[in-house]
Amino acid sequence: MVMRAAVLIQMWYRKYVARMEMRRRCTWNIFQSIEYAGEQDQIKLYNFLGYLMDHFTPSSSERNLICHIFRENEVCRDAEWERYFCYKNIEIPEVYSGPHLTFPLTASQAAGLVESFKNKQQLHSRYVLQLLLETWKLLRILPNINRVSTCHSKEISICGDLHGQLEDLLLIFYKNGMPSMEKPYVFNGDFVDRGKDSIEILLILFAFLLVYPSDVHLNRGNHEDHIVNLRYGFTKEVLGKYRVHGKRILKLLQKIFSWLPLATVIDHKVLVLHGGISDATDLSLLAKVDRHRYVSALRPPKKKPGSEDQLSMDSDMEDDSWISRVSAGTRRRASLTYMKPFASRNDFQHRSLQDFSRHIIRPLREEPKDRRRQAEFTLSSQDLLQCSSTDPDSCQPGDVNHEEWKQIVDLLWSDPMSQDGCIPNEVRGGGCYWGPDVTEQVLSKNHLQLLIRSHECKQEGYEFCHSRKVRPPASLHICEGSHETPQEDRQSAMGGWRWLELAVLTIFSASNYYEVGSNRGAYITLGPDLIPHLIQYQASSMTRELTLTQRVGWTEHSALKVVREQLFAHRSDLTGAFQEFDKENTGMISLNDWARAVEAVLHLGIPWRVLRSQLVPNAPDGMMNYRSWFRELAIKEPDTEHIHQALLETVYRHRSTLETIFRIVDTDHSGLISLEDFHQTWKLLSAYLKMEISDEAISNLAISIDANRDGCIDINEFMEAFRLVDKSRLETGNLFQRSTATASRQTHLHMTSLHLTNLHVSCLQHSSHVTKRYVTKLSVKSLWLTSTLHLKVIFHSSPHVVLYSMTREESFATASFALMCQLEKEPD
Amino acid sequence: MADKESAEAVISEIHRRIAEAFNVFDNESSKSVDVREVGTIIRSLGCFPSEAELHEMIAEVEEEEPTGYIRFEKFLPAMTKVLMERKFRPIPKDVLIQAFEVLDQEKKGYLEAEELKKYMTQEGEPFSQDEVEEMLSAALDNKENVIFYKDLVSKMTFEDL
Repeated sequence: MVMRAAVLIQMWYRKYVARMEMRRRCTWNIFQSIEYAGEQDQIKLYNFLGYLMDHFTPSSSERNLICHIFRENEVCRDAEWERYFCYKNIEIPEVYSGPHLTFPLTASQAAGLVESFKNKQQLHSRYVLQLLLETWKLLRILPNINRVSTCHSKEISICGDLHGQLEDLLLIFYKNGMPSMEKPYVFNGDFVDRGKDSIEILLILFAFLLVYPSDVHLNRGNHEDHIVNLRYGFTKEVLGKYRVHGKRILKLLQKIFSWLPLATVIDHKVLVLHGGISDATDLSLLAKVDRHRYVSALRPPKKKPGSEDQLSMDSDMEDDSWISRVSAGTRRRASLTYMKPFASRNDFQHRSLQDFSRHIIRPLREEPKDRRRQAEFTLSSQDLLQCSSTDPDSCQPGDVNHEEWKQIVDLLWSDPMSQDGCIPNEVRGGGCYWGPDVTEQVLSKNHLQLLIRSHECKQEGYEFCHSRKVRPPASLHICEGSHETPQEDRQSAMGGWRWLELAVLTIFSASNYYEVGSNRGAYITLGPDLIPHLIQYQASSMTRELTLTQRVGWTEHSALKVVREQLFAHRSDLTGAFQEFDKENTGMISLNDWARAVEAVLHLGIPWRVLRSQLVPNAPDGMMNYRSWFRELAIKEPDTEHIHQALLETVYRHRSTLETIFRIVDTDHSGLISLEDFHQTWKLLSAYLKMEISDEAISNLAISIDANRDGCIDINEFMEAFRLVDKSRLETGNLFQRSTATASRQTHLHMTSLHLTNLHVSCLQHSSHVTKRYVTKLSVKSLWLTSTLHLKVIFHSSPHVVLYSMTREESFATASFALMCQLEKEPD
Repeated sequence: MADKESAEAVISEIHRRIAEAFNVFDNESSKSVDVREVGTIIRSLGCFPSEAELHEMIAEVEEEEPTGYIRFEKFLPAMTKVLMERKFRPIPKDVLIQAFEVLDQEKKGYLEAEELKKYMTQEGEPFSQDEVEEMLSAALDNKENVIFYKDLVSKMTFEDL
């Protein structure tokens, strides 16, 4: 009786948890999709602008709007650079209460800087420029690949993406200690963008780099790139914090980013880099490239002199039908915001920008059958950049080659996949997806045993993947039954065991990345045994008190906001689709029809039926009123009421691209653009989207924003005016309820079946001759019944995996070996 | 005629629901998911299988030579059958409350944290440490440190798809 009751309750609760997990996963996918779509869009935009550059008549004014982002060096000589970056005549006012720096920097000054930023102070631009100049000087003498060793019992700490989240860096320093000679660090890229304290993080990292140049190692990430920064917030942050000297600071950072090393190798065995690898990755080539020529990794390389043919990353890139290019069976999900196919090169003739407004193509309803998009890395056939100086920093025509460029892009942008092979990374638009066979190939060729990378947000802050068969470490014992198996018999005792090593470790150090509670952050400590130990954390005291329900709910709310915005942005098309199902014009359709219509219009790969109850709260008897539903979806700001619906939808659909173009057009980085440039921006956007937007509509738009009629539009104000106010948020007020008990999810132990309760995992005396910090037992992180015949054991804080294949006669309950489970608690 | 059409419509709608739920976990669009996620998928489609029933179903849909992945091709027909036959139906609220009442031998109207923990980890198809702690953190009434199971059931039961 009791047992039956218990089973019922357990069934019901597990169903509840599964429901939560489904919601969490959907939300995660939505956020990830937005993130990657943004990156893809950025690359497409950049290529589009590059294409325009190639084909405009030199005298056109539109070209002037955008050519400055393609010119790396407005000033080319060393002496001229020095004058440009000179900080000496910047005076520090008396009222300045922030930190003062003297050079050469000392350790206590670096620590003081951390303290000041913790107290929300800002470093004066004079010191910023000075610090950056010193950093630039140092980076120039560093090699492309840092080589580090864990000699003298030194443990190295490795951090992943920080993305401007200062709180996380402070947490890491608190838990692990600040960088020093005894505590070397590797920071694996993506220090900036998205978070609000990117510049502070950079200043801290650079300060420690200057103080401990042999013990602090920085790898470049894909966000250490001024083009990407235009979209993702770093540019905006710097200009906001440093109104007078921001532009110079950004310029200097542009150079610094290009001088950041590309990778770090530890003890000749562990490779640390930001994105990943490809089947073409050649470390010896990478060690020799002139890395600083690649100011932006998105930048197409110049043609070699004398070659008439267009270089292409892949000869079938020229083929417009990208469907044929995508290999069967391995694709990623569609991007959230991008739905139109990218224009083919042949669509654009040698015209000026005005001509594009007459090149009318209505917003497409018909989409290619397959929704996966492919970004093109178009290369320019003409060398447009004139660079005449003799400065070694400047780019010489024709000497940047395509092969090198691909190597670097792969390093910074690639992601792992579970299938073998190596295919272009369509979702992000850069780099590739690489499989376990490529990992094996690259690691064995270079005599490496582990690849540590970042670039992807992970819920636990880290994730292992790509297993390789290896021989079991000599120091391990596997216990069978209740006896220790003697060494000689160990091999035969191994029996049905396969020993694997997980060869790729993703480390992500920005907690709560998508939203409060969305994920933990983690960092690695690596000692001479080269077994990675993982420490997790989550910034913000609030999240520790949230239950699973609350965490999922809060993050989901955020993700759904974005989805609602997309629904709103496609109102016209959706209404049309709904009406197809509502021939009698009653205003009502069934929920099933709703799902089908939304799917047909939006093509976003979102599980609409799963999310339906969240998106359509009022649907008695399975019928919904779509007109009132749109009204419920959001409240517009009153200013935008009179703006033409189609234009409004365009703004919402392409908000991020629009803002990026604004910032590109805003050449003096003032945050203001003239009405004239505003018009030009819209022309650019309409050409990019292949949509017609009338001059009158643009004028109306301008007038509605330029309230004070001074002929200038504030970019930030403009973007704010087009923010959807979430009606549901207004009504329910604060989503955060008082927290209840603490959520103590320290480790995972999933047991999927009754049978496993009798299993114990014993182990594994790991003899360590070093310090007591090393765990003396390898403990179990998860123990899975991967199918009816396979048991997979993954160890905590270690890349080792054990796979045990059972015979059909064996069952866990009668398994003859005894394994003992132990969970290791996360250190506080 | 009309019946056949509507039956087909029902099935195609079911297929769509299953495909959607499956795709949430199919990150690389490879038409297969990690076997460990199958439980979540089945449950999120409105089913309440026990662990043993789940295990049986997995055995049905996995490959001859188990790979650790379940393919959509095999999953779809099996899952469609489950939904059409209305197997593993939800537990009605009152039945659930009765189950709690069985455990609440003293008929207090609530359960102590330790009591529930003991039952959940020792009886039936036991919870892991993680599962029970998560349940407690969601279920516990902070002030009194007990679980008012009637409220809990109301809070955690929601509209099914």
